[in-house]
Amino acid sequence: MDNFKERTKVLSAEDIKRILYRLAHQVVEKTPHPEDLVLLGIQTRGVYLARRVKKIIEGIEKTEIPLGILDITLYRDDLTTVGPSPLVKETKIDFDINDKVIILIDDVLFTGRTIRAALDEIMDFGRPRRVELLVLVDRGHRELPIRADFAGKNLPTAKHELVEVRLKDPDGTDEVVVLEPLK
Amino acid sequence: MSGWLKKHIIALKDLERREIELIFDAAQSFKEISQREVKKTPALRGKTVINLFFENSTRTRVSFELAAKRLSADVLNFSSSTSSLAKGESIIDIIKNLESYHPDIFVIRIGSSASLRTLTQYTKASVINAGDGKNEHPTQALLDMFTVKKARGTVENLKILIVGDILHSRVARSNIFGFQKFSSQVRVCGPSTLIPYEFDKLGVEIFYDLDKAIEDVDVIIMLRVQRERQALSFFPSLREYVDKFSLSPERLKRAKKDCIVMHPGPINWDVEISSSLKEQLHPLILRQVENGLAVRMAVLYLVGTRKK
Repeated sequence: MDNFKERTKVLSAEDIKRILYRLAHQVVEKTPHPEDLVLLGIQTRGVYLARRVKKIIEGIEKTEIPLGILDITLYRDDLTTVGPSPLVKETKIDFDINDKVIILIDDVLFTGRTIRAALDEIMDFGRPRRVELLVLVDRGHRELPIRADFAGKNLPTAKHELVEVRLKDPDGTDEVVVLEPLK
Repeated sequence: MSGWLKKHIIALKDLERREIELIFDAAQSFKEISQREVKKTPALRGKTVINLFFENSTRTRVSFELAAKRLSADVLNFSSSTSSLAKGESIIDIIKNLESYHPDIFVIRIGSSASLRTLTQYTKASVINAGDGKNEHPTQALLDMFTVKKARGTVENLKILIVGDILHSRVARSNIFGFQKFSSQVRVCGPSTLIPYEFDKLGVEIFYDLDKAIEDVDVIIMLRVQRERQALSFFPSLREYVDKFSLSPERLKRAKKDCIVMHPGPINWDVEISSSLKEQLHPLILRQVENGLAVRMAVLYLVGTRKK
C-alpha cells in the first residue's frame, strides 16, 4: 500500500473476535439444519475468515461444516482491461453444492463486483438452494444490487480510501484500518 | 509481483524463467476447471481465437481448440487441407484476410522454420506457435516440463534424455531451451544421421549409444519416428532402429529408479517403446495430454488478458 497512510483503526482484535462470534450465531440461527450448510471463502482474506467462522459454527453445532475456496479471478468483469493478467489462485470445492445453503464469506464488501463474479462461479459448480453473504466490513459504494446478509460492521468511507483487513493468520495481527491517499 | 507482458509466444528460447513459472502456476489452476461439472470459465469471453494449421495436426489442434473453448473464446479452425492455400493463396494473404475478422489470437502451425516472427507483422493479434518446421513447439515443451514438475516436484537440476529423431524435432529443441533455463542437463541420443552436430553448441551432451545415455537420468523423452518426414531413409532399417534405440524394460533399469518416461504421441509401440512397458508407462503419457490442455489454457489466458 504505497502512496497510502493509515487514517484510523476501526476494529481491534477484541472487536473482530466478538463480531465473528455474533455472525456465526446469526448464521446458525437462520439455518436450523446444519447438514445443509457449506461455507465458501473468497481468496484470500475471505478464506482465512471462513476458517474461523467454520470453527465457531462447528463448536456450536458439534458437526463438521464443509469449507470451500473460491478464486474469482477468471470471472472478473475487468479481466481484459486490468492487465497484466492477474494471477489465478486456487479454487477448491471438493463437495457437492447442489441444494445446499452456501454462506459466501469475504472480508470487505465494496462495489459488489467480486460477489457478482463469485455468484457466477458458484453456479458453474451446481445449483445451491440459497446463497447468503457474510462480510466482516461493509464499506458502501455499491455498483451492483448486492447486499450482505450478515455484516460485521457498516463502515462509512470515502471512495478514494482503502479498507485493509489484517488477520492473525496470515498477517500476524487482528485489526481493520482505514487508509487514505498521501497528499 | 508483475504479471504477463509478452504479446506473442513464439519460442521457449525467448521466454524468461519467471515467465515459464507464471505459465506453470496458471496451468495448475486450470487443471481444476476441467474437473468441474461446468468445465468452462468466462475468462476469454468475447475474444476470437483462430487456429491456423498449415500442417496436419489433430492432437495439438484439438487441445488448443478445447482450451480456447473452456475459456469461453470463440474459435475458428482453419487448416491447409480445406483452405485456400491449396488454391494458391499465399500465407500472408490468408492472414490478412482473416485479420478482417479482428481476431485476438492466432495459433499457428507452419512447415517453414522460424517464419512466425515475420507473420506477426501482418496482424494486430497475438501469435502463439503450435509448431514451426524444425524450429520450436513451445507448448509441447511447456507441457512436458509441467508434467515433470507435477511428477517430480521440480524441473531444476535434473538429467533429461531425449531419444530419437533429433534432427527433425522441434519438440527436442524447445525442451532443450526450456529445461536448460532451470539448470537441468539435457542429453540427446539417436542415430548419428538424425543428430545435427551443431547441437553441441546448444550445450547438450550427444550420445549414439542408448545404454550409455540412459544411465542415471531422471527424465526420458522418447520422440516419435516420423515416418511422414522420411525418417526411415536416415537409418538402414526399422529393425535396426528398434534394436538400438527402443526403450525396453532392461534399458529402463539403467536410468534412475524414479525416472519418468514421456512421449509427445502418437506412440508407435514396439518402435520407440517396448509394448511390455505399456502398462507401466502409458498412464503418465496420457497425463501429458491432460496437462497439455491446462498449459494451453494458461498460455491463451495469459496472452489474451495481457494489458494492451
